[in-house]
Amino acid sequence: MALIQADNITKSYRVGDMNVPALKGLSFEIGEGAFAAFVGPSGSGKTTLLNLLGCLDHPSSGTLKVNGTDISTLSRSAAATFRGENLGFIFQDFNLVPVLSAYENIEYPLLMVRGWSPEKRRERVERMIAAVGMTEHAHKRPDQLSGGQKQRVAVARALVGEPKLVLADEPTANLDHDTAYRILELMKSMRDSFGTSFIFSTHDPKIMGEAELTFTLEDGRLVQQGGEA
Amino acid sequence: MTSTLKLAWRNLTRYRRRTLLTALLIMLGVMALLLFVAAAGSFKQTMIGSITDSMLGHLQIHRRGYTASIDNLPLNLNLQPNAVGKIESALKAEPEIAAYSLRVKLGAMFSNFTENTSVRLNGIDPAAEDATVPALRQRINDGDRTGPLVAPGKVLIPTLIARGMKVKVGDAVVLVVTNASGSVNGKNFVVSGILDGVTGPGGRDGYIHIDDARDLLRMDKPEVMEVAVRLKSLKSLAAVQQRLNAKLDEIQNKEGKPATELHLWSDLSPFANIVRMIDMMTLFIRIMLVAIVLVSVMNVMLMAVYERIREIGTLAAIGTQPGKLMAIFLAEGLLLGLAGAAAGIALSYALVGYLNLNPVVFAFGREQITLRPVLELAEVAGVLGLAVLVSALASLQPAWRAARMDPIQALRHV
Repeated sequence: MALIQADNITKSYRVGDMNVPALKGLSFEIGEGAFAAFVGPSGSGKTTLLNLLGCLDHPSSGTLKVNGTDISTLSRSAAATFRGENLGFIFQDFNLVPVLSAYENIEYPLLMVRGWSPEKRRERVERMIAAVGMTEHAHKRPDQLSGGQKQRVAVARALVGEPKLVLADEPTANLDHDTAYRILELMKSMRDSFGTSFIFSTHDPKIMGEAELTFTLEDGRLVQQGGEA
Repeated sequence: MTSTLKLAWRNLTRYRRRTLLTALLIMLGVMALLLFVAAAGSFKQTMIGSITDSMLGHLQIHRRGYTASIDNLPLNLNLQPNAVGKIESALKAEPEIAAYSLRVKLGAMFSNFTENTSVRLNGIDPAAEDATVPALRQRINDGDRTGPLVAPGKVLIPTLIARGMKVKVGDAVVLVVTNASGSVNGKNFVVSGILDGVTGPGGRDGYIHIDDARDLLRMDKPEVMEVAVRLKSLKSLAAVQQRLNAKLDEIQNKEGKPATELHLWSDLSPFANIVRMIDMMTLFIRIMLVAIVLVSVMNVMLMAVYERIREIGTLAAIGTQPGKLMAIFLAEGLLLGLAGAAAGIALSYALVGYLNLNPVVFAFGREQITLRPVLELAEVAGVLGLAVLVSALASLQPAWRAARMDPIQALRHV
């Protein structure tokens, strides 16, 4: 069974009296363990599509299933629960909580969302922080870390709850090329180690080359698909 | 819960200056309220103690209608011996009553053989009066404080009259009264003591032995005008009043109506109005504290939500439930209120301690008041509870706003 099944999904926004379509009938499937990228220029619909996959928004029409659940009609609370249990997020600006240390940022989803026991939590966080190579920076706060280090912490935070899918919106946009490649390598190695699917958006041709599966979007339409779903 | 509080505390320390200023404002509000309550409480207790312990007693029983014309000291509204007996039985049966004193009250002409003035006399049983108003003895500023309050043939006079009539302890004076039948009677007395002045109608009160009072009035029966009652604790005042009223209502006149009336000290002293005014001022200061906490905490929390919109979006995106988000902001407001109130309470205790070591003394009417403020635990707990409750209420709207925020809009916020 595919991890993601999108069937003719559309999304439009009301701007004044106008109905502005952002996605125009997208259908695709992505299997488990994928390392996929949504690519395309600004305004092509990448972020809108990631928002729909991340249960942060509902499609205007069509069916969207993630891990077998139809997420098109989930309530606010049910969507939050689904996100907490099945999804991880990596943001362009890292979005770490500034008052928490690297360790605590990674621990947050287990503590505040999943409610894991302290022992189980500690074991998992230590494993994740070691996996992203941040053990020696565990007790530093975000303002004491470099951009690359922050994104490593963000990757660990996204993966700590053992999600099926991690969504990353332009995860390398604020990093230099070397660091960006290292982050992508890290994400790939995490996929290999934990079996988690990664989907990220980018408009950088060099970065999209790292994806094993690409979906090219233009003006809200899926114009090209590369690689094996 | 602990993790929510920990996160809330960290967020409060993120904007230290703002948190400190707000906590300082709450601290000052709490301190102002507690100090006012403690100082006003001390003033009230001192004044109430002075009035009840040296003059009125906690309760008084009269024949119905007597208090309406108490300023004239009527002689035709006396409690008859039969009624007095029933009143005494009711008082002896009440366990909360510590003592009572039967009084014969009369107006008299006070003469030093060259000048006359009017005086209000209280005919008392010295032992019973001593037990009912134990501070009366302390008001004797000149004369014997150790023996019986007043012996037959002796009179205690107020400073006001002693000074005006140039009379001192040991001088002979004449008291002339008109009795109920209209005949005039006079008797020689020796001044045995001068009483310190008190504020209010008791300022012209003198004391003689109850037998002398009855003799002056030529009473053929042991009638009394007033029964002053002292309770073991002022806290039981309302309960005792209720129980006594029920028993006293059984003493009825010829028309089948209650023959007696029971009054609290507050019904008989004008100081009760000052007490009510102080209570009113306390209420206003309490309202001001609520306003200070409400406005300052709400302002800080609205700012906190506004400044952390992206963070709220992130937390919501990674699966934090709206209720949990709300709890984080509620906890922040609550901790802010708690910290400010706790600091205010600590400072209040320190200042009250200082004021007890260096008491403030001031004159109130004819009284010298020494303020010894006391912080009642119930009052402190009430103020703490109020500050925390209002802080939580003030955080409710910002917290609700954070919980209802659309994650996408929040993540886009710059």
